[in-house]
Amino acid sequence: MTSAKEEILGRIRAALGESRSVPTVVPRDYRTHGSDEPGSPAVLDLLEDRLVDYKASVHRTASADLAGTVRQVLAALLPEGGRVLVPAGLPPDWVPDASTDEGFDAPTLDGFAAVVTGCAAAAAQTGTIALDGAPDQGRRAITLVPDIHVCVVRAGQVVQTVPELLARLDPTRALTFVSGPSATSDIELQRVEGVHGPRTLAVVLVTD
Amino acid sequence: MSGIFLGMPVHAPRGVGALRGAEPFPVAARTALANTQLRRNLGHATATIRAKRAAVVSELDDWEELRRAGEAIKTATMTRLDEHLEQLERAFTARGGTVHWARDANEANEVVTRLVQATGEREVVKVKSMATQEIGLNEALEAVGIAAYETDLAELIVQLGHDTPSHILVPAIHRNRSEIREIFLREMAGVDPMLTDEPRMLAMAARAHLRRKFLSAKVGISGANFAVAQTGTLVVLESEGNGRMCLTLPQTLITVMGIEKLVPTWTDLEVFLQLLPRSSTGERMNPYTSTWAGRHEGDGPRDVHLVLVDNGRTATLADEIGRQVLNCIKCSACMNVCPVYERTGGHAYGSVYPGPIGAVLSPQLTGIEDNASLPYASTLCGACFDACPVRIDIPSVLVHLRAKHVEQQREDHRLPSAEALSMAAASWVMSTSTRFSAAEKASRIGRLLGARRGRITMLPPPFSGWSASRDVPLPPRESFREWWAGRGGATS
Repeated sequence: MTSAKEEILGRIRAALGESRSVPTVVPRDYRTHGSDEPGSPAVLDLLEDRLVDYKASVHRTASADLAGTVRQVLAALLPEGGRVLVPAGLPPDWVPDASTDEGFDAPTLDGFAAVVTGCAAAAAQTGTIALDGAPDQGRRAITLVPDIHVCVVRAGQVVQTVPELLARLDPTRALTFVSGPSATSDIELQRVEGVHGPRTLAVVLVTD
Repeated sequence: MSGIFLGMPVHAPRGVGALRGAEPFPVAARTALANTQLRRNLGHATATIRAKRAAVVSELDDWEELRRAGEAIKTATMTRLDEHLEQLERAFTARGGTVHWARDANEANEVVTRLVQATGEREVVKVKSMATQEIGLNEALEAVGIAAYETDLAELIVQLGHDTPSHILVPAIHRNRSEIREIFLREMAGVDPMLTDEPRMLAMAARAHLRRKFLSAKVGISGANFAVAQTGTLVVLESEGNGRMCLTLPQTLITVMGIEKLVPTWTDLEVFLQLLPRSSTGERMNPYTSTWAGRHEGDGPRDVHLVLVDNGRTATLADEIGRQVLNCIKCSACMNVCPVYERTGGHAYGSVYPGPIGAVLSPQLTGIEDNASLPYASTLCGACFDACPVRIDIPSVLVHLRAKHVEQQREDHRLPSAEALSMAAASWVMSTSTRFSAAEKASRIGRLLGARRGRITMLPPPFSGWSASRDVPLPPRESFREWWAGRGGATS
């Protein structure tokens, strides 16, 4: 008996017939680079504008003040007694009293009010932050279950366009692209923020 | 030659899935058009999304270049589809995933059912997927006692309302906020009886309702927006975070995907991640996009499956004009701009794929005889082609499928149809000028039919079917040729 795979591949070859050998040229005359350099003031301004438009908050800081800014942002957002989770690779001085992820199960993750991470790269034009599971970002579940996500983005990680963003990422890793807090357009096609993912996204933008 | 011809493309089987409606489009459309609430809801929703899409598309000065690239990448993918699928299987398998192949809806349902049963679980959480809607997966799971919970807000509204989807992106587009509130109050266990119809409150109610399900789910089922052949990367775009929940928290993840959803390389995604969000929800980027390539150690599901489904796609690929429909990235922009969809809504199309793209996709997946009325469910205005992010020439495919339908009818019925007879008669009349002038004079009898209203609203058989949905203008008192001759013009 023929396997489903052999049969489907056979059907495809039969369906294409001679057109299978006709090559198609892909025109790539769309923009693959931005007009501004990664990390330039124009690109950082654009990122901030797009993040704020999609209801994320943006907090600029110099790298010397980073830890203080992260703690300030957390203090303003955390509910009374809310606990903070961090991935194992986050610099320990950012949030000294946070718990480090030890592979907690989902209900345990749900007990944390906030998570603080770094990121892999960001695209200004769409207000998108990419996470790739590196030690300062952790596994995907930790940036999903807690209701507040504080994400540190460094100027050098910010590119202008989507093609530049993808070029910086490794497609064999588990990636998450985040553009603002969780939202839905399912009721009368109006965008409403806050469904299942973190309802608050705070971006700490390190400008130097 | 052996007796078996391996690999003849076949259509999606009957009796399973959601590609065929109970009644033809004109009949279903008549019911829908009489529903004024539905028309108000659809008019409001499609106008909102059209404005949002136009605003974000105008932000990009290279939109046309992106559309042309998207079209070419998909076309190139299809001409080497067999190779790309094998490459995807190799890459996904090398990274710890398992690939399954399914010739049709029945086989895909069997594969998924078996995989769920192997886990011993009786519940699965689902992220919105057209492929699983198409094959009727929820019904197949229910038949063996496995409950499938839809987690996308609009799918949840449809599931709780014991309803069917009417739009590929927003399946509950036919419901307004107060109807959604009523469904939640009636069907959601433990919902706050003071629930208002404010969209934010409704979204919060869905969050509370599904939270425990997500945190305890052991099996997740998803579709895929894209699969990158070269790297074995699967891609899901979503908004709410329900997708991330289903893709990362369960131990087992089963992804069901049509064989056409491939792109060859990671770089190709840079085109579609710009085209798709702006065309579908009218956002620069959707809130969340997840990618995974097989299994990721210490991150997400331990058991990762991919089910590749044909279900009529190879039959579609066999049609040189019709195959471009497989380039569709399921954005739904064509629905939102279609004057027919805006008035009838999605249910009238019968299939889970409504609107202009459904009118060209469903008949090709099932064979035209099972969705024969759909290629006619269009005014051929062309708005869908202009909105399509991968430039599918939907009007041309509609015309092509109409011609195919006529040809098939001729083959099926030895006796010519009323339409074929009248076309043959017209051809005889129009082939000489004397016959044509005589016919012009004779047509004036038609003036009697519409003498009172100034137009003819009903023709006698065999033309009554045609005039059921169209008015005929009165034949003029004087033909152009008579007028011309009367002014001393030369005759040919």
